[in-house]
Amino acid sequence: MSSLNGSGPRTRSHTISVEVENRPGVLTRVAGLFARRGYNIESLAVSTTERPDTSRMTIVVDADDAVLSQICRQVGKLIDVKAVNDNTDVAVVARELALLKVACGSADRPELIQFCDVFRARIVDLAEGEMIIEVTGNRPKIDAFIKLLDKFAIIEMARTGEILLARGLQDT
Amino acid sequence: MNGAEVVLECLRREGVEVVFGYPGGAVIPLYDALHKVDIRHILVRHEQGAALMAGGYARASGQVGVCIATSGPGVTNLVTGIADAYMDSIPIVCLTGQVPRPLIGKDSFQEIDATGITLPVVKHSYLVRDLAELPQVIAEAFHIARTGRPGPVLVDIPKDVQLEAFQGSLEVDRATLRSKQPAAEPDGASLAAAAELLNQAVRPTLYVGGGALASGATAELLAFAEAADIPVTWTLMGKGAFPEDHRLAVGMIGMHGAAYANYALTRCDVMLTVGARFDDRVTGKLATFAPEAKVIHIDVDRAELGKNRWPLVGVEGDLKTVLQRLLPRVQRHPERAAWVTQVQDWKAQHPLVPHRVKETGEIRPQHLLEQLNRLTGGQAIVSTDVGQHQMWAAQFYRPAEPRLWLTSGGAGTMGFGLPAAIGAWFARPGRANWLVTGDGSLQMNIQELAVAVLERVPVKVLLINNGYLGMVRQWQELFHGRNYSETWLSTVATPESPRISPDFVKLFEAYGAVGRRVFDDADVEEAMAWAAAVDGPALVEFVVHDEENVWPMVPAGGDTAAPILEPEGVDA
Ligand SMILES: Cc1cc2nc3c(=O)[nH]c(=O)nc-3n(C[C@H](O)[C@H](O)[C@H](O)COP(=O)(O)OP(=O)(O)OC[C@H]3O[C@@H](n4cnc5c(N)ncnc54)[C@H](O)[C@@H]3O)c2cc1C
Ligand SMILES: Cc1ncc(C[n+]2csc(CCOP(=O)(O)OP(=O)(O)O)c2C)c(N)n1
Ligand SMILES: [Mg+2]
Repeated sequence: MSSLNGSGPRTRSHTISVEVENRPGVLTRVAGLFARRGYNIESLAVSTTERPDTSRMTIVVDADDAVLSQICRQVGKLIDVKAVNDNTDVAVVARELALLKVACGSADRPELIQFCDVFRARIVDLAEGEMIIEVTGNRPKIDAFIKLLDKFAIIEMARTGEILLARGLQDT
Repeated sequence: MNGAEVVLECLRREGVEVVFGYPGGAVIPLYDALHKVDIRHILVRHEQGAALMAGGYARASGQVGVCIATSGPGVTNLVTGIADAYMDSIPIVCLTGQVPRPLIGKDSFQEIDATGITLPVVKHSYLVRDLAELPQVIAEAFHIARTGRPGPVLVDIPKDVQLEAFQGSLEVDRATLRSKQPAAEPDGASLAAAAELLNQAVRPTLYVGGGALASGATAELLAFAEAADIPVTWTLMGKGAFPEDHRLAVGMIGMHGAAYANYALTRCDVMLTVGARFDDRVTGKLATFAPEAKVIHIDVDRAELGKNRWPLVGVEGDLKTVLQRLLPRVQRHPERAAWVTQVQDWKAQHPLVPHRVKETGEIRPQHLLEQLNRLTGGQAIVSTDVGQHQMWAAQFYRPAEPRLWLTSGGAGTMGFGLPAAIGAWFARPGRANWLVTGDGSLQMNIQELAVAVLERVPVKVLLINNGYLGMVRQWQELFHGRNYSETWLSTVATPESPRISPDFVKLFEAYGAVGRRVFDDADVEEAMAWAAAVDGPALVEFVVHDEENVWPMVPAGGDTAAPILEPEGVDA
């Protein structure tokens, strides 16, 4: 704890995993706590888990070390929360899925297809003047892909938010 | 047995003897069943009163307070009282009626999302959708309210659940009840680190908060302070945890704490913070707050450790246990005696002045509290409202025991006092019961006077009438060029505003109580003795100097090490 003494306001992205009981209102409790205490959520993904009574919320936050510790402890106090883990410095497998609807004339197509190949993205819909691309990966990869597509017009985009599991025997 | 009867039977099993409530459509089944069990119901006059009475009951007894309200406006009226309990970590359980399940989500008559509207101010809440889970929910609600860091829990019960026939078992497996609390045994390494740091300290100071009372750790605290020879300061909420006339007792810290207490806190080398939360009313500007002090922070809520101030050593645990474990490890440092003497010297140099009376006989509020202290010997339950009178009471009333000092600290809820005093009476009937209030605050829940009269609660109301929303007026005087915008209340006649409203004495009489108005300091003693002797609720209204201020003062965000002392030339 004392190591955090005097930690500067340097913030970075952290992914925390919140295991919650599957009860009505639990999402509101967690989200409400973030809003009330002024924590920044970058993304939030909620999913079922291997146990039917448990859900997992994977939350990416932008915070310094002190705020991150507060977030974990405040969230951990909620009765419906079973566990909170900060996965920032843990070996993980992280994935996010993005769908992008891109405007593209036939002239642009070869280049786009080439980009998709490099990023192992898939073209899942094709229509006159536009296509929908699906890409999965960790956040940096998706960010990089989106940046690359900037030169084409992105008409619409949706991202799932990152989910992850810790590697090996470590709990997420 | 229907759902409503299940609720009441569960309350009885939790040891509930009294509940504070107000009926309405969505709780009629509950009220229908109420008189079948041996639980006393106190009919309030506003649901805010019910929540605050439950809070007063809990503050005075340490037991969970219970209140009941109907759906819609019933529950919205509870909200302020729930927030009040939340901010001060007070255990209450609120039972609210909800529209029948098929009507939920249809904007039905008196449908308000009770769990939603209270979400930020409860420790936990339930909407009971299945009658079978009701016994478990009620048991868990009480368990959560009273364990770990205490707080309010709301249970919202649809009317059709209350009416449904119950088939299941009332037995609850207590091992399955959820709650968040630290391990029973505090971490050994943290204890060792705390003891080591403390044993090296030459100028240590204890900073005692409301957690010491919640934990019931007052005996341990006394033994600990004496064993280690550490001066003791306390927060507004920590009053009563340590005997104020003890050799090591310093005083209340913070915005309106004694200067000497703030000196002792901010000039220490090791600060031992126990069951307190570095509130901004205590620390002033955090960046300049005791920058050299090494902090040991003991709290049952690990989120408090490092929330506002990073401790060098944080110990998560129930204070009583932690102090028991620490006691055998601490020693008296030989150089500490000089620090204790230094603190006592500060105390002698900058005393809190209970102000001599003016020649005109005008009453000084500080003097009133001194007199109350003398009259009661510190043995009375003193509830306060919020404002200047609250701070004077904090400065001059010296409770002789824990749980005699009831005040709204975190929320600062005007209107807290009267219901809290009434709630406290049901927790500790027979105790002298005083309310210190202001002309603004008293009007916020005055309707509960009917409860005091009808239920024979002999609360003695010490009203400090300065005609103003005095605490706000003080800020206007000091920080806004004496622009007294909308703070004059006309509860005292002046040449400019000869009409008064209300006439508090007549108001008390209208409710069936008695009252006296006092203008002259010479009559103070007699008037208080009169009120104390009245068989029932009584008002003593003291008309005081209208521009009296609370000193010392650390302005909001200011430096706690340098409080503004009473300005020279103010007639002390
Ligand atoms: C007009 C006005 C002026 C005020 N001026 C002042 C002032 O001058 N000085 C002042 O001090 N306050 C003042 N206050 C009150 C202030 O706002 C805070 O309410 C108060 O300082 C908080 O007190 P506390 O730190 O003791 O915390 P509390 O709110 O009492 O919190 C208790 C702490 O103890 C912990 N705890 C609970 N149970 C246990 C346990 N079993 N074991 C260990 N820890 C436990 C909790 O987790 C929490 O951290 C003022 C309020 C008002 C309305
Ligand atoms: C419900 C509520 N509204 C407003 C305030 C802001 N406020 C704090 S102290 C105060 C004045 C209280 O006046 P009074 O009860 O007469 O006490 P005095 O300060 O004059 O002793 C006000 C308006 C509050 N604390 N609570
Ligand atoms: Mg006033």
